[in-house]
Amino acid sequence: MPRVGVFVCWCGSNIGGVLDCPALARAAATFPGVVYATDYQYMCSDPGQKLIAEAIKEHRLDRVVVAACSPRLHEDTFREVLARAGLNPYLLEMTNLREHCSWVHAGEKELAQAKALSLIRRAVAKALRLTPLHPGRVKITRRCLVIGGGIAGIQAALDVADAGIEVVLVEREPSLGGKMVLLDKTFPTLDCSACISTPKMAAVAKHPLIRLYTYAEVEKVEGSLGNYRVTIRQKARYVDHTKCTGCGTCWEKCPVKVPDELNFRLSTRPAIYLPFPQAVPSKPVIDARHCRQLTKGKCGVCQKVCPAGAIDYTQQDSLHEEEVGAIIVATGFDLFPWEKAYGEYGYGRYPDVITGLAFERLVNASGPTGGRIVRPSDGREPRTVVFVHCVGSRDELKGREYCSRICCMYTAKHAHQVKERLPEAKVYVFYIDIRTFGKGYEEFYRRVQDEGVIYLRGRVSKIYQEGDKLIVKGADTLLGEPVTIAADLVVLATGVVPARGAEELARTLGISTDKDGFFQEAHPKLRPVETHTAGIFLAGACQGPKDIPDTVSQASAAAAKAVGLLLREEIEVSPLVAWVNQALCTGCLHCQVVCPYQAIEVVTEGGRRRARVKEELCQGCGSCTVACRPGAMELKGFSNEQILAEVEALCR
Amino acid sequence: MSVKEWEPKIVAFLCHWCSYAAADLAGVSRFSYPPNVRIIRVPCSSRVNPQFVLRAFAEGADGVLVAGCHLGDCHYVKGNYYARRRLWVLQRLLEFVGMEPARFQVHWISGAEGAKFAETIKEMVDKVRILGPNRLFQEVKDICVG
Repeated sequence: MPRVGVFVCWCGSNIGGVLDCPALARAAATFPGVVYATDYQYMCSDPGQKLIAEAIKEHRLDRVVVAACSPRLHEDTFREVLARAGLNPYLLEMTNLREHCSWVHAGEKELAQAKALSLIRRAVAKALRLTPLHPGRVKITRRCLVIGGGIAGIQAALDVADAGIEVVLVEREPSLGGKMVLLDKTFPTLDCSACISTPKMAAVAKHPLIRLYTYAEVEKVEGSLGNYRVTIRQKARYVDHTKCTGCGTCWEKCPVKVPDELNFRLSTRPAIYLPFPQAVPSKPVIDARHCRQLTKGKCGVCQKVCPAGAIDYTQQDSLHEEEVGAIIVATGFDLFPWEKAYGEYGYGRYPDVITGLAFERLVNASGPTGGRIVRPSDGREPRTVVFVHCVGSRDELKGREYCSRICCMYTAKHAHQVKERLPEAKVYVFYIDIRTFGKGYEEFYRRVQDEGVIYLRGRVSKIYQEGDKLIVKGADTLLGEPVTIAADLVVLATGVVPARGAEELARTLGISTDKDGFFQEAHPKLRPVETHTAGIFLAGACQGPKDIPDTVSQASAAAAKAVGLLLREEIEVSPLVAWVNQALCTGCLHCQVVCPYQAIEVVTEGGRRRARVKEELCQGCGSCTVACRPGAMELKGFSNEQILAEVEALCR
Repeated sequence: MSVKEWEPKIVAFLCHWCSYAAADLAGVSRFSYPPNVRIIRVPCSSRVNPQFVLRAFAEGADGVLVAGCHLGDCHYVKGNYYARRRLWVLQRLLEFVGMEPARFQVHWISGAEGAKFAETIKEMVDKVRILGPNRLFQEVKDICVG
């Protein structure tokens, strides 16, 4: 009979404030198989861990039940305790008294106490049936995939590559740079965004250990931690980049003019184009939707003028396979589609109501107006500019519930820029609350106010055109008065949403998203750059709205995590995999049909066919165990016997 | 729980990646729900053998819940599709032998849906409370536990 020890944690008052932990320990001590039970304030702390280790030795325990928080949080912690005490770490069973009991049943202490005891009984029942397990080992492919070439992806790729590890960087757009390269200046230091991001883009292109795919997307990811096989779709550029010299003749001669999406249609670009002058790689692509040769079959101007003969209208998408050991996801954000939600601001009908990012292009020296702040409708300089905060953010009704974190500061910066370029202009900012949490942010906000920008606390209820003015109707809730301003230009501080395609990518990678569609980190505080899928890390705004300093720090953190993993020769893989009881297997191979990982092979011995599990491929879902008719297939750590024992214990 | 004051007993099989995480999130967010539910963690909803559900009813559970990731979001690619197919057959079977459908429920609850988890439990407990104790399987226990 196994000797079980039960350890009930108070978690301070988190559990101890609702449940009577000493009583739970006393009751657990009477369960069959339990030879020792105790309670302690904080089991996960150093003295708590020592208490467990010493009890294991003193009472010769060979199964351990820890009744504390979620195993998703501390299972690894307590497994290590067992290992240090000389026990196989898989002889641990946790039960969740905190998240599943004390935190949610604080109002019904008596029933909660009964439930807690039942949960411990379940854990003991399972613990009695645990067996020692030994993790397998696999070799690691020492390469890292970075998805997304914005500032997060750039930083992560450079950090990993500088540690001597090969990087594959995949960017969907024709150039690296992401959103940061579109910005004019960055708050609160007002340094030039391009000046600090373009050298990094160039460094990526030049790095001998970075293989760069631009205008490409990750199509398929197979394998698992340490050994991923990634299929990358290189979209057809119709320009052979091995021949192209980036001379620029083609895009000067191209007869097509299409609105430039990077400049929010404030200017036009040709069909063969470089997204912006500092693009990396500095070679063009053809926009197949607008190219006359590709849509109508007649033009061919670029091919005629190209001195390098690099234009190839017959180019097709190509697929490339890469093997990597870890993946960093850095796909960034898009702007909240306010045109679809905010009818009171005109649904995007008024040309002089623009987003913050469009304003950013307007003040940018390399933007469509060369840095002059003008009205998109008539090119006149505005005399009154109104900024509206929280468009799409902190608005459960029309937008998103969360705060986008960057808008307060970029609006303050925009307001400063208007005052700097057009000192006579009147600038109004409508806000709900001002959030200036970063280093130097509050000081910057004060400075902008001192420059004469008028902050009005209240929402804008309506914007409409009257003559060549935009009438902005809002409220000043501090004075309790309605406010009407006749503005020349209105800038909406549009909130941040996950980049388009994020949900699809989450499925491709097998990672989860939160309620707003951002990628979910493994733990909000203690594992902020990891996902629940081992070997996949997060960097930047794809995990939640972030400013540039936070994005860069998180990218470096993700890189450090990836490097830490990839510098190992081999890694342990979970022993919680399926196995076949060869005596019972009839060789029907129903298991093979349902296995999503092709982890089941056929072995024939003495003329008898049986299934066998390839442990290095098995991920431990257990689907095969249910498909198996003779009951030969079992999942280690979640066996039929164990789960049925749990069921019986809970139903008592 | 005493025999005098009957309280519904619900066994929930939750997948580690989504629904168990949702239950954790409900805890972290302090979304309270009735303490009648007892959770068993499984790696995937496809690990839930219909036999486990039958055993729970046979052992006196008044309701059984299986919850997994949303279809298409399974951590193991397609496990929840298998679960759906198997458990749908089981639902039909249980209905056929005379069990009220509310006693055996299958839901898809993502790791971000702590509120949905709490809501699901509340609704289920309310429904089972109205139905009263599950006696069906007590009578045929020996046959079903085979």
